[in-house]
Amino acid sequence: MIESGIFYVFASILIAAAIGVIGFRNPVYAALCLVLAFVTSAVLWVLLEAEFLGIVLVLVYVGAVMVLFLFVVMMLDINTEQMREGFTRYAPLGLLIALTVAGEIGYVVWTRRAGLPEKMPLPTEDYSNTEALGAVLYTDHVYAFELAAIILLVAIVAAIALTMRKRPGIKAQNIAKQVATRAEDRIRMVSMKAEDPS
Amino acid sequence: MISWFQSAFALLPWALQKTFWIVVVLVILILCVAFTTLLERKVIGFMQARIGPNRVGWRGLLQPFADTLKLLFKEIIIPQNSNRFLFIIAPVLSTIPAFATWAVISFNPDFVLADINAGLLYALALTSFSVYGVILAGWATNSKYAFLGAMRSAAQMVAYEIAMGFALVGVLMAGGSLNLGQIIAAQQGSVLHWFLLPLFPLFMVYFISGLAETNRAPFDVAEGESEIVAGFHVEYSGIGFALFFLAEYANILLICVLVATMFVGGWLSPFEGIWKIGDTWLAQPSFFWLAVKTSFFLFCFLWFRATFPRYRYDQIMRLGWKVFIPITIVWLTVLGVLIAFEVPPWFD
Repeated sequence: MIESGIFYVFASILIAAAIGVIGFRNPVYAALCLVLAFVTSAVLWVLLEAEFLGIVLVLVYVGAVMVLFLFVVMMLDINTEQMREGFTRYAPLGLLIALTVAGEIGYVVWTRRAGLPEKMPLPTEDYSNTEALGAVLYTDHVYAFELAAIILLVAIVAAIALTMRKRPGIKAQNIAKQVATRAEDRIRMVSMKAEDPS
Repeated sequence: MISWFQSAFALLPWALQKTFWIVVVLVILILCVAFTTLLERKVIGFMQARIGPNRVGWRGLLQPFADTLKLLFKEIIIPQNSNRFLFIIAPVLSTIPAFATWAVISFNPDFVLADINAGLLYALALTSFSVYGVILAGWATNSKYAFLGAMRSAAQMVAYEIAMGFALVGVLMAGGSLNLGQIIAAQQGSVLHWFLLPLFPLFMVYFISGLAETNRAPFDVAEGESEIVAGFHVEYSGIGFALFFLAEYANILLICVLVATMFVGGWLSPFEGIWKIGDTWLAQPSFFWLAVKTSFFLFCFLWFRATFPRYRYDQIMRLGWKVFIPITIVWLTVLGVLIAFEVPPWFD
C-alpha cells in the first residue's frame, strides 16, 4: 500500500521531469530535469529491490555524466532559436520513431506477458543483488561484458585523440621538468659573516 | 523510570522509532560540525602561535553558537541578475547529500540507521551528488568569480571521484562486502588485521582524494581567496552561506569517518587480544574508538590546512588523473594477487 503510494509519487515526478527535459527553453533547466529524472528512476529501481542498479545509476549518470553535461551546457552560448528551426522538418521522422518504440513496448507488455509470472518471487533474506549481478556478469555474459569494456576504452582513446591537437607557438609548462626541480637548482645558500650595523 | 521509557519507546511504531534515531544522529552531527569550526580555528591558531577565539564562553567554547546566530540574523542578499530559484536551492542541494550519507555509517557494532547491502556504493553516490550544489551556486550567481570557482571545483571533484572509486574497489575486494558494518567486521583480530597495511597506497589515495573532494586546503582552489575572492559562494550571505559551511564540514567529518571505517577498523579497538588490556572495556569494540580515529583524521585535515600551500590548478589535475588513478589500478592488481594466494594475516 505504502509502496504503491511511493511508486505513484515518484513515477509522476519522473514523467514531469522527462517532459521538462524537452519542454524547458533554458538548457540548464533541461539538464537539471534530466538529473531529476535519473534520480527518480533510481528510486523506482530501489523500490523494486534492485538497489545496486539504482545506486549505480545515480553514481554514473548523476554523479559523473550529468556533471559534465551541465559543465558544457553552462559554458556554451546555445542559440535556442536556431535549434528550433529543424523541429518541423524532423517532426514526422521523430513521430515515426516514437510510435515504433511505443508499439514495441506495447507489444511486449500486452502479448508476451502471458508467459511471465504475475509477480516476481521475493528474494530471500541473505540475497544480495550485487553478488548475484557479479556472478552473472562474470560467468554467463563475460564476453559481452568484456566487449563492452573494450568498446568504452576505444571510445575514450578516440575522444582524446580527436581533441588533442598540438598547435605550434603556444606556451605550455613542462610539468615533468617542474616536478623534477630541486631546491638547489633555484636557490644558493651562502654563509656570510654577521655585519656590524653601526 | 528508564526501563519505563524503554518499554514505552518499544511500543512506538517502527517509523517513529527510526525518526527518533535519525533526529538524534542529526542533532549530534550538527553539534559536531559546530564544534569542528571552533576546533579548526583553535588548532590553526595554536599552530600559528595565536590563541584563537577566546571571548565567547569559557575559552571560546560558545563561539560556534555566536557565529550561527550572527549568520541566521544576517540579511540574505540575492544578486539582481542571478537566477533566483537556483540561487536559493543550491545551498540546500549541497547540504542534503552531506547529511543523508550518514544513514549508512556504522556507529557501533549494533547501531546503524540503515543497514543496507550496498552501503559503500551509496556513500560514494551521495558524495558525488554534492557537486551539484557547487556548480549550481556558481552558475546561478551570474558572476565570473563564482563561475570560475564552480568550474574548478566541478572538474576537481569529477577527477578525484574516479581515484576514490578505485580505492573503494580495493576496500570492497578486501572486505568482501559493500556493507560498512561487514567491512569493519572483516578487519577483526588486531591492529595488524586492519586494512591499513594491505591497502596502504589506497588509504593514502583515498585520504588525499577526500581532501580534494571536500575542497579543503591544499586543494581549495575552488575558493582560492587570492584569485577568485571566495569562489562559488562569493555572493552568498546569511543562512545560504551557513548552509554551504555546514555541508563542507559535514562532508569533512564524513570523509574522516569513512577513512576510519574502511582502513583502520572503525569501531574495533586497537587493544584487541593484547595481554591484560584485552579483558577491559578498552578492548571492546565501541563508538569510543570510532570517535578517536575520526578525531585523529579530522585533526590531520586541520593540520594540512595550516601546513601546505595551495596546489596549482593544473597540478591538481595532473595528480588526480596521472598519479592517483595509475597507483590505484596497480594496487588493485597487487591486491588481487594477495587475495588469490590468501596471504595471512588478512586474507587467510
